[in-house]
Amino acid sequence: MSYAPSPAALGRIEAAIARYPERSAALLPVLHIIQDESGFVSPDAEVWVAAKLSIAPVRVREVLSFYTMFRRAPAGRSTLQVCHNVSCALAGAEDILLFISEKLGIAPGQTTPDGAISLVTVECLGNCDHAPCLQVDGVDHGPASRETVDALIEELKSHA
Amino acid sequence: MLENGVRLLPVDDDSWRLEAYLRRGGYETARKVLTTMAPVDVIAEVCKAVLRGRGGAGFPAGVKWGFVPKGGAGPKYLCVNADEAEPGTFKDRLVLLRAPHQLLEGMLITAFAVGIRSAFIYVRGEYARVSRRLEKAIAEARAAGYVGPRLFGTDLGLDVVVHHGAGAYICGEETALLESLEGRRGQPRVKPPFPAVVGLFRSPTVINNVETIATVPQILARGADWFLGRGLAKDGGTRLYSVSGAVRRPGTFELPVGTPLREIIEVHAGGTPEGRSIKAVIPGGLSAPVLRPGELDVAMDVDSLSRAGSMLGSAGIIVIPEGTAMLDILHATARFYAHESCGKCTPCRIGTAWILKVVERLRSWGGGPADLDLILRLAEGIKGRTLCPLGDAAALPIHALVTKFRSELERAVAR
Repeated sequence: MSYAPSPAALGRIEAAIARYPERSAALLPVLHIIQDESGFVSPDAEVWVAAKLSIAPVRVREVLSFYTMFRRAPAGRSTLQVCHNVSCALAGAEDILLFISEKLGIAPGQTTPDGAISLVTVECLGNCDHAPCLQVDGVDHGPASRETVDALIEELKSHA
Repeated sequence: MLENGVRLLPVDDDSWRLEAYLRRGGYETARKVLTTMAPVDVIAEVCKAVLRGRGGAGFPAGVKWGFVPKGGAGPKYLCVNADEAEPGTFKDRLVLLRAPHQLLEGMLITAFAVGIRSAFIYVRGEYARVSRRLEKAIAEARAAGYVGPRLFGTDLGLDVVVHHGAGAYICGEETALLESLEGRRGQPRVKPPFPAVVGLFRSPTVINNVETIATVPQILARGADWFLGRGLAKDGGTRLYSVSGAVRRPGTFELPVGTPLREIIEVHAGGTPEGRSIKAVIPGGLSAPVLRPGELDVAMDVDSLSRAGSMLGSAGIIVIPEGTAMLDILHATARFYAHESCGKCTPCRIGTAWILKVVERLRSWGGGPADLDLILRLAEGIKGRTLCPLGDAAALPIHALVTKFRSELERAVAR
């Protein structure tokens, strides 16, 4: 099982490498591009990236395992991130998190059995004037209430 | 040039486009600077304006630029720090969304002053959507000749690349940011050498916060004296204060440096909702030690907050209402730093995780008041013993929460 990106992703990868004076500096953007396409970065993809950027595979693993946004295993089709830092906690983030957990039947860190939604807690998203705030597949939501969360989850499930 | 330079953030959300920016005098200051001024005079003007860094450390930008060696054959770099991740801070998000061309114009002036031809904007990964507008603005500027080679008919050029982080608070620390930009874990470097001498790709590098750079055009448009007059303190200008928590109008407010904290909360953010009173305020992002209600008559500038035993930091104000369990605030704080410690320095790596364990034990009724002393000892063990400021950023607010709310915490855990 070897890895190869799609021609479109490969084009983006080549363009990313060209933006930096040193190939290895493109490691973060390249991992973003691969994860955007595949949903995660597999061990085979790590080896491919290492060869592409002329660095040791362990360097790819170091970086991949350091940054919380990178995934080394598949997640749900959508990822629901709930901020639980201070401003959001003051606005009821723990209640919202509990509500979502019960509604989806999963704990933070888990994915619904149908593979639709992964639930995770995150630290400050820089959207504190919309507390409690969520981010779903990169899109900001907030202030979140039981009603807005209900609607959001219905929408995510309909994408299945 | 009427409106340009007076406000950093346009009130109108649609005025981010190049056309709107040019209508209010945009890029005219950069044109003036690049075609008529000497770099050394630009640095002198920014020094005179006392433009203190808006990211957290409050270091004067002009002084920082002056540390970069003059001349030299190799490249020099500008890194704009858009890794806004200090909890309670959401002002750079607004600069990127509403004033991206002002940021770019500030970058042109900064690059000219220091002799830089290549710039990177490090945007936190969670702001990928926010960054799209910045990237559109860069494309607009490039198409119109405001970014790229041969600016304003000179031999000067500036290449701008947007780099996305991937979820790591530590990358807001300048040397961790450089490591991340070079494709490595965001772990801080030993200083010295400072980035101004040995920075990105081993070359001299200027690193400034988004708001800092976006403020530069004001200074060159209207002069250091005007800028100094805009601030209420001895450092110049206005700042973007983010206010969140228990206020009627959470949001970002552009006000003079040195505006009283109480005025920002009660007048601009509308005060606490009816029937609620203030129990505590975090004045400068989560890393700033907490203030009690009796400590709110303080001017929001670097020196005043420092004298009050806290810090201005990123000017992210979090208002904590009466009725909040401070053990919960302590827990959220301890959890954050334990999660974000990069692991390089032992006191921070082990200390933050140990503090979190103790706080979790207290929350599950398994500890006692003596554990509060343990937390204080651990915080003292971290303080001043790490390469980067994250150690102090964890130790100081935790120490302040425990000492200032000691009796409440003792009651909460004594059963």
